[in-house]
Amino acid sequence: MSGATTVLALDATDALLIRRLHGDLPLTDTPYADVARELGLSEDEVVARLQTMLADGVLSRFGPLFQIERAGGQFVLAAMQVPEDRFDAVAEQVNALPEVAHNYRRQHRFNMWFVLACSSPAQASAAGVRIEAVTGLRVFAFPKEKEFFVELRLPV
Amino acid sequence: MLSPFDRQLIAATQAGLPLVPRPYDAVGAQLGVSGAVVRERLEGMLREGLVRRIGAVPNHYRLGYIANGMTVWDVDDALVDALGEKVGALSFVSHCYRRPRALPDWPYNLFAMVHGHHRAEVERRALQIHCLLAEACRGHDILYSERILKKTGLRLPDSAAGSTG
Repeated sequence: MSGATTVLALDATDALLIRRLHGDLPLTDTPYADVARELGLSEDEVVARLQTMLADGVLSRFGPLFQIERAGGQFVLAAMQVPEDRFDAVAEQVNALPEVAHNYRRQHRFNMWFVLACSSPAQASAAGVRIEAVTGLRVFAFPKEKEFFVELRLPV
Repeated sequence: MLSPFDRQLIAATQAGLPLVPRPYDAVGAQLGVSGAVVRERLEGMLREGLVRRIGAVPNHYRLGYIANGMTVWDVDDALVDALGEKVGALSFVSHCYRRPRALPDWPYNLFAMVHGHHRAEVERRALQIHCLLAEACRGHDILYSERILKKTGLRLPDSAAGSTG
């Protein structure tokens, strides 16, 4: 991945808090105080640690994780085989579409992989057609047919 | 489908829950309802699967899992669903999906994102998947990410959320 990635060490309390908050934050009036009590911490400390971990990028988010597809969103993985000498220019053309949520360069003949986030299948295929028109390259769409798992729980 | 209130609630919380002592009250104040209404609706959304969970999303890159390989497998169509469940249940796999092949360019129908501290670890874990798939697997590949070209996060699209994001 990007060379700028800095690996951070967590202290035991941060690790404990992350493990606890992989699960559900209580739907109570004062959820941070309730979690703090469970873990033998103070509410202030839980809030401060969450703030720090978000600011440092140890946590990328904190809150409800919506399964947006259930709300009518469509996410389609797509890939292209982009000639090396055009790679940056094509990346710019693809990224210019607001529908493109993620775009990764991968080490493969299919070297560009992106996700189209749309509100309907029609909008997703229209975005694919537009990318083909702008770049002159074929877009291979790999819509998910079945989802087996989407939650990563690596040991921390 | 989503009610107008659902859309407002998603728009108000998809960037994160406020880190204040009474976060649901804070969201409610923003939407002109009580904290109890917010909590009840979130509870309903959890039940319906619209909310997967409420909690922390660690950034695994920052925690040292810097190698990320998209492993792709050509698996017997008759067995792919049963095997996909098993692959998805592995702790180091996220985003495990069955997807269509694009023959002849792309023979793979099972995608499993594998995370590790380095490529050797990703490869060991891919081997574990290979053993699990055994004879049902006719071929595989690992696509390492080299560069993030764009990352905006998966948000409810504007037209669906009625808000920016």
